[in-house]
Parts: sequence; structure tokens; C-alpha cells
Amino acid sequence: MKLVGVVLVSHSPKLAEGLAELVRELGGDQVPVIAAGGMDDGSLGTSYGRIERAVSEADQGAGVLLLGDLGSALLTVKTLLDEGVGQEARAVLADAPFVEGAVAAVVTASAGGDLESVRAAAEEARLFRKL
Amino acid sequence: MSDAHAGDAAGLEVGFFLDWIERTASAVAAEKERLTSLDAAIGDGDHGTNLDRGFTAARAALEAKPPEFPGAALVQVGTTLISSVGGASGPLYGTVFRRTGKALGEAESVSARELADAIAAGLAGVQKLGGASVGDKTMVDVFVPALDALLAGLADGASVDGAFGAAADVAESAARSTIPLRARKGRASYLGERSEGHEDPGAASAALLWRALAESVGGRAR
Repeated sequence: MKLVGVVLVSHSPKLAEGLAELVRELGGDQVPVIAAGGMDDGSLGTSYGRIERAVSEADQGAGVLLLGDLGSALLTVKTLLDEGVGQEARAVLADAPFVEGAVAAVVTASAGGDLESVRAAAEEARLFRKL
Repeated sequence: MSDAHAGDAAGLEVGFFLDWIERTASAVAAEKERLTSLDAAIGDGDHGTNLDRGFTAARAALEAKPPEFPGAALVQVGTTLISSVGGASGPLYGTVFRRTGKALGEAESVSARELADAIAAGLAGVQKLGGASVGDKTMVDVFVPALDALLAGLADGASVDGAFGAAADVAESAARSTIPLRARKGRASYLGERSEGHEDPGAASAALLWRALAESVGGRAR
């Protein structure tokens, strides 16, 4: 069964990789979760090329959900999608909190949810109260 | 033609656009420290370094693969900025250049008015991407009045040099006018009222771009 892929975009390679590690633990290892953190040389920033490659790696044919942490990560993803990158993979950006959204997305994807439900799960995560 | 408008009818060709990018790259390199220190006050202190890296890469890309027409030059610059800057200014300036370039199409020569209209398309693209309006303390605060001044100058029948010069003057004063504003976009917006009293780095770099444009117009071959 083809599962929705998830791409985590952060300024920080460690943040993206750490979150990927966490959600793989919570959501099982069937969901393709790809970290796209930092610049190509490993410094802080957002790399167009890294995100582009992550989208194709995460693509199993069921669509790809992208989550970003802050400002330029989101701007870079929006620019890339506007340019038609990831069209084939049906990549979409979630308007969701990075950590909670990623957990909700991966759990939903692991249960076989389609792209719309995975995105909705990520976006609903903004409503979870912590206290 | 012997009047003040001599040469105005001549279109802007790819060489003009390469000159504009070259002047912009030099200005960004020269002002790198100032842009970075403005950004250190209200942002993450990398604006000068990031933009310098982007325009250095753009200059190299244009040399490696010389564009055949104006639109192609600007699209190439935009793409290079998006992929090399690393901060928010990459997608933002990248979108300005790509949209402006796309609006110029494949024309080999464009009029000043066509360039102004294409910049309007670039501005619309970046506003859609970043969601900023005038007064949010961003590059938009410079682009909107500078473009208005350019269009007004061209419509009034001012010389092309005069219209672009006036636009650059407006751009510089608009950048300074961001000092008292409270940021509503980007990292600076988290600072709330503490973002007041500082010039916005994106507005400052936008003014460099407009001044470089006016200099290219003033220095073009007749």
C-alpha cells in the first residue's frame, strides 16, 4: 500500500532530523519521513535543492505533505510549490505546528490516510491544548 | 534628436539588465556590514551575508550561462537567489526577479514603461508570497512608493533618467521611513514594539536595488 510521504523543513538540520526520528518512533517506519533541514553545507538556512530532493524521496505515489518551522522555511516551500516543483508528487504544504503537526500527519499516514486526511490531521493539531 | 529625451526611445536590452545586476551585487557587497547590523538589531543578523552570497552566486550564474534576453536574465537571477540565499530574502527577492523576468517574456528589448509594469508583477508576486502590505516594515514599504514614483514620472513625460532617479530617491527615503514602524512580518514581528526605532534591513536592501537600477539607466549607452 502506498502511503502519504512527509517532508520536514527546518532551518536547522538537527531540528528536522530530530523531529523525523521522533515521528518515526511514534508513527512506525512505513511512512516515508524525510528531513530537509539547513543548507547543503549543513549550516542553518533553507535549501531549495534539499527540499526538492526530499519531496521526490518521500513520494510513493500517494502524495507528499510538507511541514515547515518558521519564516523562510515556509517561504521557500511556497515558492517551490508555486514554481511547480512537486506537482508530480502532489506535494502540499500544511498550515500546522511543526512538531504536533508532524506527529498527527505521520500517525494518520501510517494508518493509510489519504493526502487530504493527512493534511487535515496536521492542521487540526494546532487546536491541541497542552494544559 | 537633440532634446532631453534623446535616447529615451531606445529599449533596454540584456546588457542593461546585466549591468543592473552587477551594480546591485556591488552595492550589496559594499553595504553587507550595514545590512547585517540592521538585521542584528531586529532580525537574525544575516541579511547582508545572505544577500551577498545570493548576488555573488547570481553574478556567477549569469557569467556561466549568459542569458539571451532581459526576461531570461531576471528569471535566472531569481532562481539563483531562491536556491542560494538560505534566508527569507532568497524566496522573497527571488520571486521579485522571477516574476519581473517572466512578465518581460522573451522580448529582446523592453521600454521603460514595460519594465515598470513588469516590476509591478514582481511586486504582486512577492506580496502574495509574503502577505505583506505597506506599513508592515518590509521591502514592500520601499517597492510600492518607488514604483508609484517611477510610473508617475514616466506618465508625466519626465525623462527616463529622471523618472528612475526620482524612484530611487523615493526608495531611499521610504527605507528610512521604516525606522519608526512596528514590524508585522518576519522574525522582527516577534519583537513587537521593540522593533520600533530600527530601519528594516529588507527595506534598506530594496533601496540599494532601486538606486542600482537608476544608475544603470543613467549610465546606459545611447
